[in-house]
Amino acid sequence: MMLQAAPNPLMKVENLVVEYSVGGKTIHAVSDVSLEIARGETLGLVGESGCGKSTLGRAVLQLRQAVSGKVLFDGHDLTTLKGEALRQMRRRVQLIFQDPIASLNPRRRIGDIVAEPLVIAGVKDPDERRRRVAEVLSAVGLDPTLVSGRLPHEFSGGQCQRICIARSLVLNPEFVICDEPVSALDVSIRAQILNLLEEMKARYGLTLLFIAHDLAVVKAVSDRVAVMYLGRLCEVGPSEQLFARPAHPYTALLIEAIPVPDPDVRPTQSVPVGEPPSPIAPPSGCRFRTRCPRADARCASEVPELRLVATGQFAACHHPLI
Amino acid sequence: MSSALLSVENAVVDLPTPRGNLRAVDHVDLAVGAGRTLGIVGESGCGKTMLSRAVLQLLPKKARLSGRVMFDGQDLTTLSAEKLRKLRGRSLAVVFQDPMTSLNPVLTIGTQLIETIQEHLELDLAEARQRSIELLAAVGIPAPEQRLAQYPHQLSGGMRQRVAIAVALSCEPKLLIADEPTTALDVTIQAQILDLLAREQQRRHMAMIIITHDLGVVAGRTDEVAVMYAGRVVERAPTPALFKQMRMPYTEALLAALPKLDVAPHTPLPAISGRPPDPTRPLKGCSFSPRCRYSAGRCAFEKPQLCSAETPEHLYACFHPIAARVGA
Repeated sequence: MMLQAAPNPLMKVENLVVEYSVGGKTIHAVSDVSLEIARGETLGLVGESGCGKSTLGRAVLQLRQAVSGKVLFDGHDLTTLKGEALRQMRRRVQLIFQDPIASLNPRRRIGDIVAEPLVIAGVKDPDERRRRVAEVLSAVGLDPTLVSGRLPHEFSGGQCQRICIARSLVLNPEFVICDEPVSALDVSIRAQILNLLEEMKARYGLTLLFIAHDLAVVKAVSDRVAVMYLGRLCEVGPSEQLFARPAHPYTALLIEAIPVPDPDVRPTQSVPVGEPPSPIAPPSGCRFRTRCPRADARCASEVPELRLVATGQFAACHHPLI
Repeated sequence: MSSALLSVENAVVDLPTPRGNLRAVDHVDLAVGAGRTLGIVGESGCGKTMLSRAVLQLLPKKARLSGRVMFDGQDLTTLSAEKLRKLRGRSLAVVFQDPMTSLNPVLTIGTQLIETIQEHLELDLAEARQRSIELLAAVGIPAPEQRLAQYPHQLSGGMRQRVAIAVALSCEPKLLIADEPTTALDVTIQAQILDLLAREQQRRHMAMIIITHDLGVVAGRTDEVAVMYAGRVVERAPTPALFKQMRMPYTEALLAALPKLDVAPHTPLPAISGRPPDPTRPLKGCSFSPRCRYSAGRCAFEKPQLCSAETPEHLYACFHPIAARVGA
């Protein structure tokens, strides 16, 4: 199925399935997900905790082994690569995590932390390493001469995230997965980091997979948005269009539930009660049906396929809103 | 404000740290009337949680509090530990961000509810049990009778927060303090919990303080909002006035920095440059002045005091307030 018009996507995920085994039970974390990301595009991936969005990000990087499916990066299937070939490919794909402080080794100096990927990649010349580290640190808005010799605890959360971003860029990657990069940060710092990611994307010609639970944050940076629920993709479409006219009832529910900072907008009381079911025993058919106002017998028996509902917009629903 | 149920008068909280004294709360005055809802908004480290701990008299042991905390006619700072214990849970209740901090992991939901009820109200076991079931039903927990035998880890985050709210409501408190009650929850669950709090607050005619970093959470659900920055209340106003006629540049900047759904993708956000000041190194002037785009003249060396806008309910602490700036 074609999800995207780009003839030559940089990243293509095909029918990816990821499952974990916990205490003899199987968690269906990612079930048959297909996605394409064009070169230079930012794809936002939203969903609530436990929907499988982070697992998907990790499976793309081969940090989590897929049960089945393909991850095609620039035409190479990462799921079949091993050893040196996978390491070579990984240099072109980087990851930024949610907790910037926990992702930095507290005993190492900033200069060494940011240089580590270069060491692993075999850049032997220390002057060359220093030059590259200084370049990315300046790019993320830190003074290399002031920060290189210091330890992570001397920095705030926002600054640590800048350091993490510098580390992810030092190998000149093409594709960066940002997994909730701003959700641990305060509002005033969050805007700085989102702006920085946009600048870095333009400066280094990056393609981004931006994973977050906050719709407004995702919309601020994404060209297209994919919505996940309980391991499956509900809807994919151009950001503006998806938020203006959601086709999947779950997308509509997410949009409705966002608290709006305007006292004239009365909070809606129509959000249905209920919580996401367990990914150990997901509902049959459409996984959202247990909370969906439109669900009927067909939703319980038949898994909805992603179908075109508007230009570039796909929804997996038997009773779409458009 | 003599009619207020709670009034905090000139509260100062100092915490000794290895780096020197940390002034977490700096001369704060606040009041909440019976049946009213106050939102306290601020970023991490602004002192909002320390302020709520001061009200609850649950500050860290080393902390020093000065000022008065008048609740229901008594100054809580002068009460004995025993009297405070009787008051907390009975007429003064709290819901924390992480429900696991208030629920005991090794006791069943039923034990925790019944224990709280019997501690404060004169009910026998059967009556307390019945009341627990009613409370769980009221906070939207399905099959409440079966839940009594379950442990917190058997429930989801949203359900645990509902239980924590049920415990807090169990003795019909006069004031409920909700400290980031939905921050740990998903957005669809957040809306449900906020609706639940609003419904119970109205039904019980209870006063409520919602502490949050999210302006969206307080917008439609509070009567009045206080914005805190670096330990001080920098603006306080009835909720509509705060959002529509804000005076404090920090309030304006905080609202502007929020990503919004009605803005096109890739629009640069008006970020607030820099970061909050080090609380162990207090600034001489306005704490926000190093990050403020309107900062000028005396902002750097003189501290602005709270003063009132057109209405006495609207207070702000700024030498260059927003509406007055035109032509000034």
